Amino acid sequence: MLSDVGGADRTASRSFERMRRAIAIAVLLLVAVALPFLVSNYRTFQLTLMIAYAIALLGLNILTGYNGQISLGHGAFFALGSYVAAIMMDRWDLPYWSTLPAAGLTCFVAGFLFGLPALRLEGLYLALATFALAVATPQILKYKGIEEWTGGVQGINILKPQAPWHLPLSPDQWLYFFALAVAVVMFIVGSRLVRGRVGRALIAIRDNPTAAATMGVNTALYKTLTFGVSALFTGVGGALSAIAVQFVAPDSFGFLLSISFLVGIVIGGFASISGAIYGAFFIEFIPNIADSISKSAPWAVYGAFLVASVYFMPNGIAGVVRVAGNRIFRVRSSSNIASKESN
Amino acid sequence: MEALLHQIISGLATGGIYASIALALVMVYQATHLVNFAQGEMAMFSTYGAWTLIRAGIPYWEAFVIVVVASFVIGVLLERFVVRPVAARSVLSVVVIFIGLLVIFNSVAGWIWTYSVQTFPSPFLDNVFPGNKYITSHEFGSLIVMLIELAVLFVFFRFTSLGLAMRAAAYNPISSRLVGVRVDLMLALGWGIAAALGAVAGMMVAPIVYLDPNMMSGILLYGFAGALLGGIDSPVGAVAGGLLLGVVENLAGAYVVGTDLKLTLALVIIVGVLTVRPSGLFGKTVVSRV
Amino acid sequence: MAALLEVANLGAFYGATQALHGLNFALDQGGITTLLGANGAGKTTTLRAISGLVKTIGEVRFEGARIDGRKTEDIARCGIAHVPDGRGTFAEFTVEENLRLGAHARHDHAHVGRDFDVVYSYFPRLKERRRQQAGTLSGGEQQMLAISRGLMMRPKLFLLDEPSFGLAPLVVQEIFAIMRAINREQKVSMLLVEQNANLALDLADHAYLLETGRVVLSGSADDIKQNTAVRRSYLGY
Repeated sequence: MLSDVGGADRTASRSFERMRRAIAIAVLLLVAVALPFLVSNYRTFQLTLMIAYAIALLGLNILTGYNGQISLGHGAFFALGSYVAAIMMDRWDLPYWSTLPAAGLTCFVAGFLFGLPALRLEGLYLALATFALAVATPQILKYKGIEEWTGGVQGINILKPQAPWHLPLSPDQWLYFFALAVAVVMFIVGSRLVRGRVGRALIAIRDNPTAAATMGVNTALYKTLTFGVSALFTGVGGALSAIAVQFVAPDSFGFLLSISFLVGIVIGGFASISGAIYGAFFIEFIPNIADSISKSAPWAVYGAFLVASVYFMPNGIAGVVRVAGNRIFRVRSSSNIASKESN
Repeated sequence: MEALLHQIISGLATGGIYASIALALVMVYQATHLVNFAQGEMAMFSTYGAWTLIRAGIPYWEAFVIVVVASFVIGVLLERFVVRPVAARSVLSVVVIFIGLLVIFNSVAGWIWTYSVQTFPSPFLDNVFPGNKYITSHEFGSLIVMLIELAVLFVFFRFTSLGLAMRAAAYNPISSRLVGVRVDLMLALGWGIAAALGAVAGMMVAPIVYLDPNMMSGILLYGFAGALLGGIDSPVGAVAGGLLLGVVENLAGAYVVGTDLKLTLALVIIVGVLTVRPSGLFGKTVVSRV
Repeated sequence: MAALLEVANLGAFYGATQALHGLNFALDQGGITTLLGANGAGKTTTLRAISGLVKTIGEVRFEGARIDGRKTEDIARCGIAHVPDGRGTFAEFTVEENLRLGAHARHDHAHVGRDFDVVYSYFPRLKERRRQQAGTLSGGEQQMLAISRGLMMRPKLFLLDEPSFGLAPLVVQEIFAIMRAINREQKVSMLLVEQNANLALDLADHAYLLETGRVVLSGSADDIKQNTAVRRSYLGY
């Protein structure tokens, strides 16, 4: 199935792909900017959450999809980011936009620190350790010793920011655009990271760590930094979501949140930038639809999708889209190893 | 001194619970070298099955046997049709499948039986030790059941041909096939037995923590911590680890940290054991990089 | 007399790469046959193909019945003991457990105990070390263990993949002598893959020479040994 694409053809097909991608992004942004004016405030709020999840999923995908370190515990970093935002806004009266860098930085450090022992864990055992982290998170958040900061079981309430400079936007709309701007920045950063030399190093470490090491890649440093960066992204997502929801409490950050993130990247597609967006859409809107059937339906749907995707859709929606796109535009992929990297 | 003894015995009682789920985890590990995240939910599901049968009027021990056998069958089917087709693929695929199973069992249980908390009967007569305030007869009975399971497993793996074949199949499938071990059958049997052990664990645990779809998630974690602590490749190790964890947790809870951070303790133990001494206190083989 | 093992038009694949092309040979009962050839000629692949460890096309018949396409463990249970390259011992298990595994599929439990004695009589060193972990044995002892484990299967045919690999000459001589004894006394046929052609031709009755996945020469071991032209051009000595 390896097509015999010559050098000139390859350049041509790559730039064609780039153009396709640029058009897709432009269309997406156009739609994104127009949406808040076309839908209700509640929908806008949901879209804001979706954006927050997309950033969080991008973080998880960098770690698990590109770098192969399985994390079932990213809910913990999401929680950390959320709480940093809430504490800064409620306890210290700091402006909402300042919470994002703070959340990012705190989570970067936390992620890096977790990444250190994680170096010694592979595959299933890392999954197990992060599983433990996710299960333990709500209990840690409820711990009486730090109740002064976290508000204990009741959590913390915060106020939604108003649109600045008397712009004719509702708070929901303003927050949406703020989140969108943050997302654009984060996605550009993330995209640059995984497409360049760094991305190739991450993928090399994922697929063949010994070979990567012999080629001079400092695997330990990369892996711990990746954990940190991944946590940073997820923490920023957490901060955004806290501001949107106006509330943080321990029980919102249970194990099932981490599972939602896993579902997000499985459905969206591993090692894929666009996958984060598809995944975020799925985990924000599917539960709402499924909820109307029964309380446990959303999770049954998640579970079924998890199992089914391994069988039928191992590259997620992003994989399906890419294959469909290739067929429609008749661009021969220059490699049949489609799962390694996409978009 | 008496208070300390009380804590220790009480810790052993809770440790017994962890040990019984740890046995199921060890079973899956010994047979497949995989760690089944869905074990707890499967056990919970089996327990609900038993609850339904008992409520329909079937006597306890008959329901017990039916559920154990049914769980065995379900375990075998799961391995054969859900896990095996993807086990050869990446670790990530396997983890996703396990988490998927976890979520499915949990939500289906919630859908069928709702999330209200139920009581579950204990088969052990009250007041085995009358006037004893250290340990209830149910806790004592559960400990005995767990020790019996341990004895059976120990003999099975150490002294029977089938047990040896099962260990070999997980350890080196190709060499095993070359001596005629039916590797696929061994994997399926391992899952079946693990599911059966899980069902027993669930039925022993439910009278204590009460039955609801989320009853096993914390216990599963303690089971993992105990199994890792003692050595996930060894039934004796896992039980020792589980009991030890129960005692340590109780003592730490009473004298040091308060009961609020039990899950955190489990987390610390899991991460600690995996990074410092992956084979656990009593395990033989170094846990291989999957 | 029908051949014990017959291979007809056998092809084998590693993924998309074809490693064996239309292989044809047969093995009669009772003897030792060796497959010779340079590195990469397909010798190990042939053994793997017989055992069902790689994807194959064509026919493999054992005692007249087709075994190609069947599961490895079923082929083993037909009476074929494959001692793979690298020995394939279970390093974490004891010597005794390794041997017990060899007998695992057998139904004649009464005779298993006696077979332990037979094995220990061929390899007394294994008896000394029977409670030791197999991984702690020396290379030669592990090879002995691998052969013994095969013997415990009461096979009709041994497939031996480079038993001399990595072993000191004296040890190899010892093992090969025992292999000859096993062949004669236990009446177990052998198909031997060896890079060391000299050694193999001394032991074997019959030889096939493989080159890039095809049989290019066949004959009695004596004839080939004495044919200096063949030896020089194909076997390098």
